[in-house]
Amino acid sequence: MMKQLMNLLKKQSDLTTILMFAAGVLTMPIWLDPIGANYPDLLQKFVIFGIFAVGYNILFGLTGYLSFGHAVFLGVGSYAAVWSFKLLTMNVLPAILFATLISGLIAAAIGFVSMRRSGIYFSILTLAFAQMFYNLAYSVLIPITNGETGLQLRMHDPRIIDNYFSDPLPGLPSTDFFGMSMNGYSGFYFCAVVLILAFYIAMKIFRSPFGMKLKAIKSNQHRMRYTGSDTRPYLITAFIISGMFAGLAGALLAVTDPLAGAERMQWTASGEVILMTILGGVGTLYGPLLGVGIIKYLENIFSTINESVLQQFFSFLPQWGENIMVSVVSPFVGEGWHLTLGVLFMIIIIFLPGGLMEGFSRIQKRYRKAKIKDNQSDSTKE
Amino acid sequence: MTDTVLRISNVNKAFGGLQALSDINLNIEKGKVHAIIGPNGAGKSTLLNVCVGLLTPDSGTVTFNGGTNVIGKSPHEINQMGLARVFQTPEIFPDLSLLDNVMIPAFAKRDGAFHFKLFQSLSGETKITQEATEILASVGMDDKLNVIAGSLSRGDKRRLELAMCLIQRPHLLLLDEPTAGMARHDTNKTIELLKKIKEDGMTKIIIEHDMHVVFSVADTISVLAQGAIIASGTPDEIRGNPVVQEAYLGGAEL
Ligand SMILES: Nc1ncnc2c1ncn2[C@@H]1O[C@H](COP(=O)(O)OP(=O)(O)OP(=O)(O)O)[C@@H](O)[C@H]1O
Ligand SMILES: [Mg+2]
Repeated sequence: MMKQLMNLLKKQSDLTTILMFAAGVLTMPIWLDPIGANYPDLLQKFVIFGIFAVGYNILFGLTGYLSFGHAVFLGVGSYAAVWSFKLLTMNVLPAILFATLISGLIAAAIGFVSMRRSGIYFSILTLAFAQMFYNLAYSVLIPITNGETGLQLRMHDPRIIDNYFSDPLPGLPSTDFFGMSMNGYSGFYFCAVVLILAFYIAMKIFRSPFGMKLKAIKSNQHRMRYTGSDTRPYLITAFIISGMFAGLAGALLAVTDPLAGAERMQWTASGEVILMTILGGVGTLYGPLLGVGIIKYLENIFSTINESVLQQFFSFLPQWGENIMVSVVSPFVGEGWHLTLGVLFMIIIIFLPGGLMEGFSRIQKRYRKAKIKDNQSDSTKE
Repeated sequence: MTDTVLRISNVNKAFGGLQALSDINLNIEKGKVHAIIGPNGAGKSTLLNVCVGLLTPDSGTVTFNGGTNVIGKSPHEINQMGLARVFQTPEIFPDLSLLDNVMIPAFAKRDGAFHFKLFQSLSGETKITQEATEILASVGMDDKLNVIAGSLSRGDKRRLELAMCLIQRPHLLLLDEPTAGMARHDTNKTIELLKKIKEDGMTKIIIEHDMHVVFSVADTISVLAQGAIIASGTPDEIRGNPVVQEAYLGGAEL
């Protein structure tokens, strides 16, 4: 009975997986409340970076090609979306489609060149492209990016479609989805639905022959070629898809806050998505999302803990104990959250190279073994 | 009159000063098992490398199925033409299950070198799953369908690689020392397997050091020494050839 249930969980049909996933995402405001993460701004970040990481995992997780430049697509997506707001309409749908398309095109160009090499040389090529875009955003591309100030909405933007249907209202307009505001919780729910769609696509790819071929390329590209597969178009396709996911995420950043800056394309942003993916579990369906959750939580909640909060937390101790604990813990919180992240990351890499998901599956295995033993001892008793 | 599946003409290949292949001419006939024997470093693997697109020869042509010259084509194109190879050191997908290992070449055969269909469901691929299971059964590994291939013994890895090639039903199968480095009992298992697949009518080139294997499966034998073919013929002719005995077999009784 237990075994059947386990098997059922293991071989979840596409439908059950996506329903469970959707339920989990849409109820985030409820189950994140106890740990203080239930506010729209952070919820939006969770799901938007979730899309970024899920897409990145299609490249890095399935093919093993480590891109150091994926933040470029995040930035491109944001710029494209803001331009759509400025030129066409404040409706987010065209912005999202436009951003995804543009980042797909740029990913095709970068992927076409970078995929000429593998391993460290591939990574360096992607990094070079990213730095190039980052620097161009402050120089040649200023007409598009508005340089240091960043691209923002203005009163006199053309907004052709909006202004055709109605006279412009006074003040800066805000983004909407056919009348639904993109602020606060409604913004979160909109992004959440997009994440669910993105996750569904990723899941379908993971469970298709296409995804299996990508895994095979990661495992032994040589063998793949000598059994008749042209690996290059597979790799470029994976690169483009992950670039489009990143562009989509970038667009959603602009949807919830219509402003785009080049710092979004900095190499640290590319590094962050690598950290998220590895932390949660490279090549697993849920791992990257777990990584996003942890890193964004640390960044937003952990970083706000200061000494007075700690003093309160340890106030049950005698004064000297409280002082010791506060001084021991305080380097790890507040500004020091990077230290916590670093230590966590090192522990994961050393003990769980498969990320937190590997930890879970180990625990599950141990639990299952214990269960089997239990059953055996039960049956011998009988 | 027999059809020639592979025609190797005037192939030369040098590595620096070393002439690894000198003026090789060889015809592989349809439906036959053609063994290539020769001492270590004779150039046997190099010859196969030229055939599958791993190496470009300095001169010469290799025509496949009476028409196309495979020289200059990429490995996946050559495989798509119907030529599969088992390598001297096993080349499998170590991180995937046995079933996946065998299904992937089957997909490549069915879908071509590149197939852009992202949302096909794997669980709907019953036909290829079935086929893969049968092939694995035929090499005696259907009890390990979901085992990760990297954990197999060396002998099992080779048999898996063989299954990966067999599922494509290639016109020509190249086997580079399918029993090298195997324990005795593993070798016997593989010999049984080779004898079994001799019956399927698939054309094969087999490189092998084990004379027992060679003489029990080969229709034709070519002897390679220092990059040149010194003799070619039926097993009986090779057995009785004094040049071969001298150059390769060191006068040992066959
Ligand atoms: N890529 C290469 N670069 C340089 N030299 C090579 C290369 N490949 C093979 N050789 C050399 O060419 C010669 C023939 O090698 P090859 O691997 O074809 O021999 P073989 O007949 O397969 O031997 P074995 O029975 O040991 O497998 C050897 O001297 C080898 O060192
Ligand atoms: Mg060899």
